[in-house]
Amino acid sequence: MQEAAESFAIRVRDLVVGFRRHVVIDHLALDVRRGEILGLVGASGGGKSVLMRTIIGLIPRQGGEIEVMGSPINHDRATRAAAGRWGILFQQGALFSSLTVRQNIQFPLRENLELSDALMDEIATAKLEMVGLKAEDGDKFPSELSGGMTKRVALARALALDPAIVFLDEPTSGLDPIAAGDFDALIKTLQKTLGLTVFMVTHDLASLNTVCDRVAALADGKIVAIGPMRELLQSEHPWVRAYFHGKRSQMLQPKAS
Amino acid sequence: MATAPLLTATSSGDALELRPAGSWTASNATTLERLSNDIVPQLDRAAAIKLDMAGVRELDTLGAWLLEKLSRRATSAGHRADIVGIADNYVGLIDEVRQVNRRTPAPAPARNPVVAKLDDIGRATIDAREDVAAFLQMLGALCIAILGILRRPRSLRLTSLTYQLYRVGWQAIPIVVLITFLIGAIIAQQGIFHFRKFGADSYVVDMVGILVLRELGVLIVAIMVAGRSGSAYTAELGSMKMREEIDALSTMGLDPVEVLMLPRILALICALPILSFIGAMAALYGGGLVAWFYGGMGPAIFLARLHEAVSVTHFEVGIIKAPFMALVIGIVACSEGLRVKGSAESLGKQTTTSVVKSIFLVIVLDGLFAVFFASIGM
Repeated sequence: MQEAAESFAIRVRDLVVGFRRHVVIDHLALDVRRGEILGLVGASGGGKSVLMRTIIGLIPRQGGEIEVMGSPINHDRATRAAAGRWGILFQQGALFSSLTVRQNIQFPLRENLELSDALMDEIATAKLEMVGLKAEDGDKFPSELSGGMTKRVALARALALDPAIVFLDEPTSGLDPIAAGDFDALIKTLQKTLGLTVFMVTHDLASLNTVCDRVAALADGKIVAIGPMRELLQSEHPWVRAYFHGKRSQMLQPKAS
Repeated sequence: MATAPLLTATSSGDALELRPAGSWTASNATTLERLSNDIVPQLDRAAAIKLDMAGVRELDTLGAWLLEKLSRRATSAGHRADIVGIADNYVGLIDEVRQVNRRTPAPAPARNPVVAKLDDIGRATIDAREDVAAFLQMLGALCIAILGILRRPRSLRLTSLTYQLYRVGWQAIPIVVLITFLIGAIIAQQGIFHFRKFGADSYVVDMVGILVLRELGVLIVAIMVAGRSGSAYTAELGSMKMREEIDALSTMGLDPVEVLMLPRILALICALPILSFIGAMAALYGGGLVAWFYGGMGPAIFLARLHEAVSVTHFEVGIIKAPFMALVIGIVACSEGLRVKGSAESLGKQTTTSVVKSIFLVIVLDGLFAVFFASIGM
């Protein structure tokens, strides 16, 4: 049993989240294995972001248990301490607009570690280059960045402390297909080099298909299907069928010969 | 799981063998930086180094970079550096780190401080000119919008105007009354305290009456409205600008000045005289109460003296200024709101600028009116 518990990065049991009387997440269970890329799909407004935000402790829950890297997540100091073990890429980047790109990346380092300024600069530049940007971009302000660059900088900031888990909220939304493809490749590469666990909320069928090891489908407040992409394509659940077999998803279907 | 990091160095002849061990991760950052700095003198003396990574339990970007920096230092001095014993799961990371920080960007050329100062002054001058231009442009746009309304009275947005009037007028009454009441009371108390030395207590009524009706009532209310409603206007319009709502309006063929600014500024122009009047009354009331309880002057005497001391002219002088001050506050607030750029910081900066600038202009305007009224003998 110990072995099994060790191999999960995130365990969610019996989770209930709601706002007033409206229940968004209804007795949900979800396991994310260490070192995998899990894609979460669901209807718009169906609670994907709520689930992610509950796991990272931004939204209070009404019941259930959440464990991240073996330690329970509650609304207390321990959760704030756990914040060092995860990095989060928000949908709009959420870069601090009054800081330069370099200062944004250094921010978690500066707050959590004691390092010399020179080393901090080198680490920030290293992270920038790892996400495919140039050292010169470090002096820009977030308002001067394009959408794709903002996402990359936000990813670099999420990775600043070398977290074990990164949460990505719609990482490829608002990017053109080429930039989105590059970003997918980047996530895959970084996941391999740094041994990350990636929890990704996305609607991008292409990224689900190319980078995700497993896909979880959230409908009616529950995980209705979870598994590799090809298993989900065969799922009988009506919502999952509608999602993956709709007109827009035709390109994913194996060509009938 | 995490173990303390170590860096052992054994030198054989000219060669130096480095054996990092333990957790080379960010959680040990301070120790790691010290370890790698301490080894540098030894490193510089050695002709060749060998980095044996077999003992490393955990490695992250920070640790990998520190080790890479050591080997890079040796190679750049022309020595040989070998890295051996890398665990399979860290090969990718080491390879990745080898690529980074290869090229240091050229630092920005240092500027002559005198030139930089002159540059700042020049830019500030241009900015000041642009401020005036923006003010006049907004005034012009407002005039055009008013002309449009006069031609088609139905295009006036009554709902919006009423709502703004409610916000900047009705909702401001409690705070305006409270503050002007206190100001009136304080002036009366100070007057009584000091005038008593000359036996001139009763002239306090003249002072409070004239001061409040002519100057202070309208000035205090205008400053409060600038802080309360002007800042709200700037922040609202600024965040609408940030979220492209204003662009959306103009692409629908609507004039943002007519839709957004005109109702706001008209509401301010209507509300400020009313607020000034209410404020002046509250201040007189406060002054009267202090005169009664602190100065021992009954309400009947206070009113009788007030009747002698002030004339309608004093009230007119005060209230005529109010709409002009409202216009200045409204125009400054709206034009600053439109100058907000993408960031949250810019929104804050523009809101501050709006309040500071409108208070400054309100006081300047008050001075100009004082000169004007003196010369026409009012």
